[in-house]
Amino acid sequence: MEWFDNGWGLVLTVFLPLAGAIVLLAIPRTKEDALKGVALVTSLATFAAGVALLGRFDFSRAGELQLGMDVPWIDAIGARFHIGVDGISLPLVVLSTFITLLVVLYSWDHWPEPHNPKLLLALVLILAVGMTGTFVALDLVLFFVFFEVVLLPMYFMIGIWGDRGIREVPVFGWKLEMRLYASLKFFVFTLFGSAFMLLGFLALYFRSGTILPERTFDIVRLSELGAAGAFTGTFAFWVFFALFLGFAVKVPMWPLHTWLPDAHTAAPTVGSVILAAILLKLGTYAFVRISIPILPQEAANWAWLIGLLAVIGIIYGSLACLAQTDMKRLIAYSSVGHMGFVMLGIATLTSIGINAAIIGMVAHGLITGLLFFLAGSMAHRYHTRDMGRLGGNMKLMPVMGVLLGFAAMASLGLPALAGFWGEFMALMASFDPLDGLDPGLFRGFMIAGAVGTVLTAGYMLWMLREVNFGEPADEWLGKEFHDVGTFEWLAWAPLVIATIALGVYPKLVFGMTNDAVVRLVEQAFGG
Amino acid sequence: MGILAAILPSVTLLLAAGGEEGGGVHVSDGGALAQWAWLIVVVPLVVPFLIVFFGKRLPFGGWELAVGTLAFIGLYGTALLLQNAANPIATEFTVEVARIGSYAIEWGWVVDGLSIMMYFLVGVVGFLVFVYAKGYMEGDIRFTWFFASFTLFAGGMLVLVSSPNLIQLIVGWELVGLASYLLIGHYWEDHANVDAANKAFMTNKVADAGLFIGAIIMALSVGSFSFHDALAVVAEGDAGSRLAVFGFWAGLALFVGAMGKSAQFPLHVWLPDAMAGPTPVSALMHAATMVTAGVYLLGRLFPFYLDHAGIFAGGVRPIIMVIGGITLFFMGLLAFVQNDIKKVLAYSTVSQLGYMVAAMGAGAYTAGLFHLFTHAFFKALLFLGAGSVIHAVHSNDMSDMGGLRTYMPKTFWTFVVGTLALIGLFPFAGFWSKDEIIASLYAAGQDGSGAAWFVFALAVGGSFVTAFYMGRAVFLTFFGEYKGHAHPHESPTTMTAPLVGLAVMAAVGGFLNAPGIATPFTEWLAARRFPMGDHHAEAVNWGLAGLVTLVLLVAVFLAYRIFAPDAETQADRDRFEIPVLYPILRRLYYLDDLYLDGVVRPIMGPVARLVLWVDMVVVDGIVNGAGVLARALSRAVRGVDARVVDGFYDGLAATTGGGGSVLRLFFTGKVQQYAALGFAGVVVLAVVFVVF
Repeated sequence: MEWFDNGWGLVLTVFLPLAGAIVLLAIPRTKEDALKGVALVTSLATFAAGVALLGRFDFSRAGELQLGMDVPWIDAIGARFHIGVDGISLPLVVLSTFITLLVVLYSWDHWPEPHNPKLLLALVLILAVGMTGTFVALDLVLFFVFFEVVLLPMYFMIGIWGDRGIREVPVFGWKLEMRLYASLKFFVFTLFGSAFMLLGFLALYFRSGTILPERTFDIVRLSELGAAGAFTGTFAFWVFFALFLGFAVKVPMWPLHTWLPDAHTAAPTVGSVILAAILLKLGTYAFVRISIPILPQEAANWAWLIGLLAVIGIIYGSLACLAQTDMKRLIAYSSVGHMGFVMLGIATLTSIGINAAIIGMVAHGLITGLLFFLAGSMAHRYHTRDMGRLGGNMKLMPVMGVLLGFAAMASLGLPALAGFWGEFMALMASFDPLDGLDPGLFRGFMIAGAVGTVLTAGYMLWMLREVNFGEPADEWLGKEFHDVGTFEWLAWAPLVIATIALGVYPKLVFGMTNDAVVRLVEQAFGG
Repeated sequence: MGILAAILPSVTLLLAAGGEEGGGVHVSDGGALAQWAWLIVVVPLVVPFLIVFFGKRLPFGGWELAVGTLAFIGLYGTALLLQNAANPIATEFTVEVARIGSYAIEWGWVVDGLSIMMYFLVGVVGFLVFVYAKGYMEGDIRFTWFFASFTLFAGGMLVLVSSPNLIQLIVGWELVGLASYLLIGHYWEDHANVDAANKAFMTNKVADAGLFIGAIIMALSVGSFSFHDALAVVAEGDAGSRLAVFGFWAGLALFVGAMGKSAQFPLHVWLPDAMAGPTPVSALMHAATMVTAGVYLLGRLFPFYLDHAGIFAGGVRPIIMVIGGITLFFMGLLAFVQNDIKKVLAYSTVSQLGYMVAAMGAGAYTAGLFHLFTHAFFKALLFLGAGSVIHAVHSNDMSDMGGLRTYMPKTFWTFVVGTLALIGLFPFAGFWSKDEIIASLYAAGQDGSGAAWFVFALAVGGSFVTAFYMGRAVFLTFFGEYKGHAHPHESPTTMTAPLVGLAVMAAVGGFLNAPGIATPFTEWLAARRFPMGDHHAEAVNWGLAGLVTLVLLVAVFLAYRIFAPDAETQADRDRFEIPVLYPILRRLYYLDDLYLDGVVRPIMGPVARLVLWVDMVVVDGIVNGAGVLARALSRAVRGVDARVVDGFYDGLAATTGGGGSVLRLFFTGKVQQYAALGFAGVVVLAVVFVVF
C-alpha cells in the first residue's frame, strides 16, 4: 500500500471519476445499461478509495497533512501538483465520494428530460473530480483549477435539465425560462467571485516572492508565512477582500446568495443534491484552508463582518423560507440559513467554532441532500411543488412522508441527529470568540442565532403541516402513487443512517477534525 | 489501524465511586445494578424501531413490546429504589463520544436519588398508562405507530433524567419534544391537531433557545458540560470563578428552558392544546414525563440555584418563585371556565407545576420534588379517569355528562380519590406534598423574603382555586342526572385496573414523606454526590395545614352549592358567572391572541413576505441592475466589445426550448467571451498589483 500512501491513493480518489467519464464518452448513447454500469462501478470504486483513505490515514497525527504528493507541475510559474489531506479535508473528501455514489444510484431510474443518461452521468463524474480535487489541493493554482472545474458541468446541468417554467423577474420585466435564468446567474455570479479569488491568489504569489527566494502558490508555505505575520496592512486587507468575494459567493453569504434559490430550484434533482451537499462547502472550506491560515490578522479584522453577515443570513434565510409556497425553493432558502451557522462558527476563529463549521458542512451535506432527493421525487410524482396543492402526503405515500419528517427534523437541528452539532457548537463558540474579537458583539450573534433555530423549526414544521399532514386534496384522490422505490431506498437509506450515526456518535467527524482544527488555530493565532 | 483508535469510543469510566464526597454525603456506587442501569435508557430507544418494523406482525400489534419495555423500566426502577433506600447510591457512568476543543462530549447515566426517583416514576406510572392505553386505543388506525411514539416518549424522558451532562439533557429534552409532537399530532388528518402539535413544539423551541444559551454559558464558565463539574465549582464557592461571573445569566437562561417544558407562565400556552392527542398521552405527559422535565432540571442543579454563598444563581430564585406563584394561581383560575374535562385537568397541571416551581424557587428541594412525585400518581389517575369517562360518553364536554357515578362506579371512586389527593385533603398524598411547599414558602417569608410572602399568599389562594375547579368537575361529571345521548358503561378491566393501582398511591403515597411520622423520601432524594443544603420541616405546621384545609373545604362547599346535583338548579349552574373575571378567563388572559396576532401571524405573514420581497426585488434587482449597467457601460465605452455583454442577454432572450440552446449559447462563444472579459479584467488588476 505504499503507492497508495504516497499520494496515488488521493490521485485515484480524485481522478477515477474522470477516467469513468472518458469511458462513458466512448460508449454509444443508446447503450444505457452499459453507461449506468460504468458510472456505478466508477463511483463505487471512488467511494471505496475514499474509505481506503480513512483506513490509511493516521488519526494520531490528524493535524498533519498526509497521504499526499508534491511534484512539479507548471514550472514556469512555480505551480506544483501538491495534494494531501488532514483531519479538516478528509471528511469532506469522503462526503464527496459518498454523495456522488448516491447520486449515481438515484439516477438509475430517475432521468430528467431531455433524456440523456450519457451526458448527465458524465457531468456528475466530472463534478466529482472538481469537488474532491478542491478538497485535496494544496497549491493555489491547482485549487483554482479544481474550483473552476465544477462550474461548467453544473452550468450545463441546470441549463439542460433545469425547470422549464417561466420565471418573471420583477423590476426588469423579463420573462424567461427558469433554467436559463438560473444557469446564467449561477455562472456569472461564480465567475465574478472566481475572478477576484484568482486576483487574490496572484497577489499572494507575487508578494511571496518578496519574502522567499522564489514565488510560491503553495498553500502550506503561504500559511507558514501568514502565521509568521508576513502579510499585513493594506495589502492583506485587499487580498482578504478579494478572497472573501470569491469564497462568499460560493457559500453563499448574504447578500451574495441570490443565485442560490434560483439555481437550486431550477436544477434537476441530482444537480440540486450535488449543489447543496458539496458545492456550497467549497466556499466554506476555502475560508478554513486558505483565508484563515494565510491571512490570520485580516481574518481577525474581518471576523465581525463575517459573523454579522452570517447571522443576517440565518435570520433572513429563515424568514424567506416562511414566505415560500414552492417546496423546493423553501429547502433552497434553508441552505442560506444553515450555511450561516457554518460561517458563524468560522467567524469566531476558535477551535470550537471551526469544528462546528466542519461538522455543520458534513451534516448539511447529508441532510439537505436527502431533502432535495425527497423534494425531487415528490415533485416527480405530483408534478407540482406548490405546497398549497400538496397535503396529506402521509396518506398517499406514508414511507416518503416519514422520511420527509425525519429529514425536516434533522434539518431543524434535532439533537442526536447530525445537524445539531454544527448549530449548537457554533452558538457555543460565539459566546467566547477568539481573544481580541468583541465578545459582546458575538454574544449578540449567539442570541440572534438562537432565534434563528426557532425560526428554522418554524418553517420546517410549517412545511410538514402543508405537505405531509391534513387530508389530500381532491385532485390526488383516486390516483396511484408509488411510495419509495428500490433505488430511492438505496440512495436515501445511507443518508438516514449517516445522519443518525453522526448525531449519536459525533466522533466520526470530530475524531478527525479536532486535532487538525486545534493545530490550525494555534498556528494562525498562537496558543 | 489508526481509524479504530480514533473512531471507537473511549472505555466506559466509573466516575464517582462511593465513599464520602462533598461534605459528608455517604453514598455507595450501587454495584452491578447501577452499572447496568443504561439498559433503562437504551431499551426504550431501540424498542420503538422494533415496533415500527415488526409490530404489525405481532399478536397485539406491538403493544406487547411497548408495555414489556415499561414493565422492565418499572421493575428496574423499583429495584434501584429499594437498593437506594437500603444503601444510598450516587454514581455516574460516562462514555466519551467526541472531543471538541478541550470539551468532552459524553453519553452516560446517573444513578442517584433524584434520577432513581424519576426512573421509578416513569416506569411505574408509564406501565400503568400503557396497560390502560391498550384498551383505550383498541381499533385506532395507527395503533402500532402510536405505541412506537409512546415508547419513544418515555425513552426521551429517560435520556433526559439519566443525563450526567448538559448535552445529553438537551438531547433527551428535544427527544421528548419530538415524541410529544408525534403524539399530539397523532390524528394529523385534521389540521387543528397538527396546529396543536406545532404549537407545543414551537413554544418549547422558544424555551429551548434559553436552554441552549444557558447550557452554553454554564459549560463555558465551568469548562465542561458535566453537571458534576458544575456542582463541584458551586461547592467550592469561589467568588472569583467564571461561574460566579455568569451564574445569574446561566441560571436565568436555563430557567427559561425549564419554563417551556414545565409550562410556566407565560410559556404555558402549549399544554392545554396538547389535549389534541389521545388521552393516555395526556396522562403520561402531565404526570411523569415532559412537564416534569423543567422541575427536574432545577432539582439537578439545585445547589447552583440555592447558592448558599450568594454568588451564583441565587439571584434567580425570587424570579423562579414569583413565576411559579403567578402560574399556580392565575393559570389555575383558567380551569374555572373550561367545559372540556381534559382542559380542566390541563390547567390544573399547569397550576400544580407552579407549586413545584415555586417550591424550588423557595429553596425547597425535597418539597418541590415530592409534589412532582405524588402529583404524577394522582394526575395520571385523573386523566385516565377522564379518559374512561370520555370513552363511555364519547364526548369531552362536561355538559354531556352528569350522574355517571351510578354508571361507572370504579371510575367514579378512583376519580374522587384522585381529586381529594389533588386538592390536598388530609391524609391523601397531595396534602403532604403541598403542605410542605406552603410551609417552605412561609419559612422563606420569615427569612425576610418579601417575594416569598406574596407567593405564599398565592399558594394558599391556590388551594381554594384547586378545590373549587375540581369540585366543579366532579359534581358536573358524576352527580346530577346524565345529560348525554350515549349509553355510558363502566370501562373494561384493562382500563380500570390501572385506575385502582394509581388510586392506592394517590391515597397513601403521602406517607412516604410525612414529617413527624416517616420521611424516607427525603433520604432517598438526598442521595446525591453533593449535599443539597435545603432544610426540612421536623413536623407538620398544623396551624398552616388547618388554614389550608379550611380554605379548601370552603371551596368544595361553594362548588357543591353552585354546581349542586339536583336537576332544578341546572339552569342556574349553567349560568354561573363571575362578572369581569370570567370573560377574561375565557379569553385566556388574551395571551394566545397576543402570541398569534402579535407574533406568529406577523412573522409568517408580512415580515416573511417583506424579506422575500427585499430578496427578489432589491437584492436581486441590484444584481440584475449591475448586469444591465454593465451592458450600458460597454455601449458607452467603445473600447470594450459591446457585443459580448449585449449578446449575453440577447442570447438569453433568443433561446427557446431544447437542451441544445444552452449548449449553443456556450459554444457560440458568448459565455466564453464573457469569461474572457472577466479574466482580462483580473489580469489587468494583477499587473497593477505587481507594479505596486
